[in-house]
Amino acid sequence: MTADHTLTVADLSLGYGDRTVIESLDLVLPPGRVTAIVGANACGKSTLLRSMSRLLRPRTGQVLLDGEQVHRLPAKELARALGLLPQAPTAPEGITVSDLVGRGRNPHQRLLSRWSAEDDAAVAAALEATDTVELADRPVDELSGGQRQRVWIAMALAQQTDVLLLDEPTTYLDVSHQVEVLDLLTDLNRTRGTTIVMVLHDLNLAARYADHLVALAGGRLHAVGDPHAVLTEDTVRAVFGLDCSVIIDPVSGRPLMLPIGRHHVAAPVDVS
Amino acid sequence: MTLAAPPVPAPGVVAARRPGRSRALWLLLALAALLGLAVLSVAVGSRPVGWSDITAALGGSSETLAEAAVTKRIPRTLLAIAVGAALGLAGAVMQGVTRNPLADPGILGVNMGASLAVITGIAWFGLTAASSFVWAAILGASLAAVFVYAVGSLGRGGATPLKLALAGTATSAAFASFITAVVLPRNDIAGGVRSWQVGGVGGASFDTITLVLPFLVVGLLVCLASARGLNSLALGDDVAAGLGERVALTRGLAAVGAVLLCGAATAVAGPIGFVGLVVPHLCRMLVGVDHRWLLPFSAVAGAALLTAADVLGRVVARPSEIDVGIITALVGAPFFIHVVRRQKVRAL
Amino acid sequence: MTATPTSLTTGPAPETVARVARGRGRRRARRRAVVVVLVVLVVAVFAASLMVGRTFYPPGDVLRVVLGEDVPGASFTVGRLRLPRAVLALLVGLCFGLAGVTFQTMLRNPLASPDIIGISAGSSAAAAVAIVTFGLSGAAVSFLAIVVGLGVALLIYVLAYRDGVAGTRLILIGIGIAAMLESVIAYVLSRAAAWDLQEATRWLTGSLNSAGWDDVVPTLLALVVLGPLLLTRVGDLDMLQLGDDAASALGVRVERTRVVVIVAAVGLVAFATAATGPIAFVAFLAGPIAARIVGPGASLLVPSALVGALLVLVADLAGQNLFDHRYPVGVVTGVLGAPYLVYLIVRTNRAGGSL
Repeated sequence: MTADHTLTVADLSLGYGDRTVIESLDLVLPPGRVTAIVGANACGKSTLLRSMSRLLRPRTGQVLLDGEQVHRLPAKELARALGLLPQAPTAPEGITVSDLVGRGRNPHQRLLSRWSAEDDAAVAAALEATDTVELADRPVDELSGGQRQRVWIAMALAQQTDVLLLDEPTTYLDVSHQVEVLDLLTDLNRTRGTTIVMVLHDLNLAARYADHLVALAGGRLHAVGDPHAVLTEDTVRAVFGLDCSVIIDPVSGRPLMLPIGRHHVAAPVDVS
Repeated sequence: MTLAAPPVPAPGVVAARRPGRSRALWLLLALAALLGLAVLSVAVGSRPVGWSDITAALGGSSETLAEAAVTKRIPRTLLAIAVGAALGLAGAVMQGVTRNPLADPGILGVNMGASLAVITGIAWFGLTAASSFVWAAILGASLAAVFVYAVGSLGRGGATPLKLALAGTATSAAFASFITAVVLPRNDIAGGVRSWQVGGVGGASFDTITLVLPFLVVGLLVCLASARGLNSLALGDDVAAGLGERVALTRGLAAVGAVLLCGAATAVAGPIGFVGLVVPHLCRMLVGVDHRWLLPFSAVAGAALLTAADVLGRVVARPSEIDVGIITALVGAPFFIHVVRRQKVRAL
Repeated sequence: MTATPTSLTTGPAPETVARVARGRGRRRARRRAVVVVLVVLVVAVFAASLMVGRTFYPPGDVLRVVLGEDVPGASFTVGRLRLPRAVLALLVGLCFGLAGVTFQTMLRNPLASPDIIGISAGSSAAAAVAIVTFGLSGAAVSFLAIVVGLGVALLIYVLAYRDGVAGTRLILIGIGIAAMLESVIAYVLSRAAAWDLQEATRWLTGSLNSAGWDDVVPTLLALVVLGPLLLTRVGDLDMLQLGDDAASALGVRVERTRVVVIVAAVGLVAFATAATGPIAFVAFLAGPIAARIVGPGASLLVPSALVGALLVLVADLAGQNLFDHRYPVGVVTGVLGAPYLVYLIVRTNRAGGSL
């Protein structure tokens, strides 16, 4: 299961219409690790993720999966290796949880082929992993936001890919559900060796859960590497234009960013 | 997200950007254009006439064929002006009330509602007097407007352009089926029905104009009076309420005015689409988003547009005519598409 | 979730797998039952429309006529009048039902059927111009209807294209195009020698009154060629319901699928419209009705085609026999469809669903 797929971005430029969003970006996403992409609003995080899963054609440069251009790979073959959970997927009205999760089996099925026992097993495994077995026969419309997000992740799990891309998997979730989702992704990474690449906007959660942090600013790579090396006061100032203080999170031992605004700053802080 | 027609800057900013003088100038220009078109509308038609015929006809003579033709063109021109002004103004008000750039009496099914009411009245309730048509049309227009708006604004996001347009189109289609169903067994009235399916001002007379004039005047006054309220509404219901506007009342009054105008216009001219859509958009480009300027300007420009479309319809298909409702649809639909293309997807 | 879920390491528990399989089996059984019931109903109404009319013919007579025997009276009424009419009703119903649900699924909007977004209007306008203005008939009309139908679909698609096609924009542009085309139809009809209400009805709301075998042949061909083509795309269409991004991530070539599906669906609409006019609301209602009976999550193409056929057959049977006056089928579906349409809009909006 843990055939390590390496996703590489080489001299990639992306844009919509006249607007360039990403400019000549080079990036290697380490296999079997959890990578988080962070950056200010509209810095091109989601655009980069869409391009990595073939949704957006590069202007120049390429996205390579084990040295093969993803835009040249057959669609289903790519979908068996690399999955994507978009930011706002739509559930068909009234669909049940297990049917929705079953949609994740699409890349494993041939034209007009029958549903197999293997598909049932994959769906069951995905439901168990996301703790949604009890919801299996309920319509997705009736679920709460946190449950719904778990179901979508279950669909991506049923796809059984070695690389999983997620666009802001924690949006609209309250803090306990955010932690729950990120824990689940970590389980997936540790037990199956799945490469996780996710866009997150909460810097502190990103630093806590990612092994590898990518900071984008204005469509360019600003910093990349270990969270301790990337999440620094300088990076935050350059990427977000925000003064802050970075301390070591006593819970996780990872860096923790404390923003410094114009008010409520108790003691003078050294931000030099 | 409901979308305010175009982005709405604070009134002060608008004033700074568009000095009152330039807006007054545009209004004068539009009035001049309307006057020119009115003269053209009397002078030009499917039958070529000379200046002597025109002056004679204006003097009250209708002895020759040419003079008679001109005599018929005078009420027709006046009706085109009245109906165009009503539709342009109603469109501007509807776009303001619904904060929806695609609101138009034709697209929202209001015109078809009026048509259906009149036809049902003729076929089932024995309406014969033209004055009863006006009441039926206004009733039908109001019911259709309320219905489409209610259906289109249910659910998440309120009355988005997409939901309103779909509800309106679907309702129009249903009304069209009803009209056919009502008319089919009644050969005696079938001939007259065509004028309720395609709008036109060809059958105008001074009588029909005097008949709807009171409705139009009341509608006009109500609409113009709501200009200031519409400016507040443009900022969103919550902000408007915060500014001390009585949102429901303002919206209701303005809508009543707009429905009066559409209903009366449809009662005399049949369903004419797209004037109410195109005119306010063009006017906004010229005079900005302040409804106190936008509303009168839309009325004048609507009158000019419909007069021009009517003249065009008489000229291009000589010796016969193309109904003005067909011309406005052919010109207006591409404009509608242009507006849709310009919007961001999320706003639809 | 404090402990690592066991399924990630050891595989799922057998009872969970059984539960998943059971749920799926239940839904598949329901879908099959629905399809069987629909087929039975379609056959029954088809048979009824051969028997019932101004004169009633017993099943035996009808069967003998269909088998080619000569039955005095029945041979003409059933064989020449009712049979082609019922066959055409069946075929256009299948076409409209199939095409309608295809568009609704693809655009993720129950209101986005070809009769609302201008494609039927394109074919209808072409056919009206061809017949009324140029006096054409037969294959030439079908040809024009499909060429213009495809042209209109292409135009809507191109106009709606900006970094990919957004469903909402496509629907609205379609509405604009439809308004334009309807005014063309109105103009053509107003230019006709006399305001012929029968003819007008056909092109505005659809009618089976002029049905004959020469209408049946092209429609049947279209269905035989394009129907299976659409059915091979069922899986991709289901994925498209999750949104373009999710579908693409699941291995669907979104743009290519869309093009194939649009061409096939437009072809079905165009051929059917050339034969009978755009029968109001059939394309629009078949899908949602099928969805109500089949239940969520299952592919709707086949049930929706059957519902479309059933709608046209029942509406025509009712229009011909139930009232003092004979109403063309499009008027019946239009009037019957209206309340359902309102219900549908209200329900969809309240669910906050895909609108």
